Amino acid sequence: MSDLTRQSAATLASAIARKEVSSEEVTRAHLDRISQVDERVRAFLHVDRESSIARAREVDQQLAKGELSSPLAGVPIALKDLLATKGVPTTCGSRILEGWRPPYNATIVDKLNAAGVVSLGKTNMDEFAMGSSTEHSGYGPTHNPWDLTRIPGGSGGGSAAAVASFESPMAIGTDTGGSIRQPAALTGTVGVKPTYGGVSRYGIVALASSLDQAGPCARDVMDTALLHAVIAGHDPRDSTSINEPVPDVVAAALKADVRGMKIGVIKELKGEGFQAGVLERFNQSLEILTELGAEVIEVSCPHFEYALGAYYLILPSEASSNLARFDGMRFGIREDDGKDRSVEEVMSATREKGFGAEVKRRIMLGTYALSSGYYDAYYGQAQRIRTLITRDFADAFSHVDVLVSPTAPTTAFKIGEKLDDPLAMYLNDIATIPVNLAGNCAMSLPIGRAPEDGLPVGLQIIAPPMADHLLYQVGSALESALADRWGGLLISEAPTL
Amino acid sequence: MGQGGIDAEQVKHLGKLARLELSSEEVEHYTLQLEQILGAITSISVVAADHIPPTSHPIPMENVYREDIAVRGLEIGDFASGAPSFEDDRFRVPRILGEPG
Repeated sequence: MSDLTRQSAATLASAIARKEVSSEEVTRAHLDRISQVDERVRAFLHVDRESSIARAREVDQQLAKGELSSPLAGVPIALKDLLATKGVPTTCGSRILEGWRPPYNATIVDKLNAAGVVSLGKTNMDEFAMGSSTEHSGYGPTHNPWDLTRIPGGSGGGSAAAVASFESPMAIGTDTGGSIRQPAALTGTVGVKPTYGGVSRYGIVALASSLDQAGPCARDVMDTALLHAVIAGHDPRDSTSINEPVPDVVAAALKADVRGMKIGVIKELKGEGFQAGVLERFNQSLEILTELGAEVIEVSCPHFEYALGAYYLILPSEASSNLARFDGMRFGIREDDGKDRSVEEVMSATREKGFGAEVKRRIMLGTYALSSGYYDAYYGQAQRIRTLITRDFADAFSHVDVLVSPTAPTTAFKIGEKLDDPLAMYLNDIATIPVNLAGNCAMSLPIGRAPEDGLPVGLQIIAPPMADHLLYQVGSALESALADRWGGLLISEAPTL
Repeated sequence: MGQGGIDAEQVKHLGKLARLELSSEEVEHYTLQLEQILGAITSISVVAADHIPPTSHPIPMENVYREDIAVRGLEIGDFASGAPSFEDDRFRVPRILGEPG
């Protein structure tokens, strides 16, 4: 098989299953690619070559004995660094957790292990998943493989960049306001935020518990479907896990048919603030969907304009509570000068040193929004807007099967461009945030390059809760129509590095 | 106090509540930024009428019960290795009461 790192996860898995190539060979090829390019991309925070190879050998042995029949057995993966991995460093992109090795695995990690998937390492991210560029990592930014002077999106920029630079065929991300979808859009890859409660949150370091959801990242729709099927499902260790059968996302990806479907274009998410080339590609995709037999109609979601404001009150409120656990007492670093300081002084010094600027900003914003006298005006109002946004979605889905919008308002911007302008940074997530507030599922897939800068553009497909299969059905139909035009996937046009 | 309605004293107080030992440069910087952010998002405070019920969570939240069966948890040693200071099976922490001696 020619260059193993250029193959899809599905192709690799079937070649491994047919014994044409071993998991060890596939894993070594990706580790070699990481050694070759990651000095420039910086997608990974932690790679342990020897243990990945040992694990791949173990999977090869299990396969030889016929003990594994998973559709992704032997395929390597990259894990966002906020998934707890037993004995393996887990920093969440923060200095406050430097050197910490969790004593247990996240449920997702256990499921991947049981499916014979081989971890290559942990990927870079904005600190505690707060950011849209991966520049807020305590360990330096990740670079976009399409143009190394640009950001790969965030917070899961490491996972997206690892996939886009062919360092890994697939990755796990988490999405609280767009952290899987926006990096997918900016790197020409596919990313899915499953329905809230569809994938276990056990062992995922919490940012905002009512918004966080883990999901798959890969280079094509089928690979994300295969990975989605492995990680989804009820988990008794997560009280918000939905106890219902997982929608058959793989069958839906195979179906790839939009004939007779109604697709709603969200009026509020295609005007002001969206780059011309992004809209051009988006409109072209709508024409293709119509040609494929879908009925494309415009729908209005009048409260979406308040989503960003509601989100930036709800998220910091939940985050300021969740991040109270990082106090230098039980895990991570402790800043103690040995001068008989009180526990409060040591906590304050530890948090001051261990947290970066964006995390501090959001902790203070959340502390403010939850303080007595402001609670009703801020947090209470934000929760009411959340209700209105959920109703907007329900109204829209009474007319259409899925909704679409551009995933992000612009293509990848330059590293440093918006770093100290939080409001400009927050606007990146304007199209993705409503989905998290309502708990729907959504996918971003590449739909071409913006004419003005040649950088990838993503289209977002949104479906109702527990209708994740519709994302894959529509996504794979559009993907294959685009691939026919381009003569392959968009990602094959990315620089080889 | 500007449009967002937050001043340096409040930011200092927030830092104290949130256990962040902010430098004076940080207080100045964050006052400006928090004021901008609050100014941009407070428009929402007039959108939703009181009769709209709040949503705290995207799915209905109910208590989850399980059988009361003892299962093996993590061992004490598992926690020791990740702690900044650990002694006699306990987390060792700075003094929690009184003034320095």
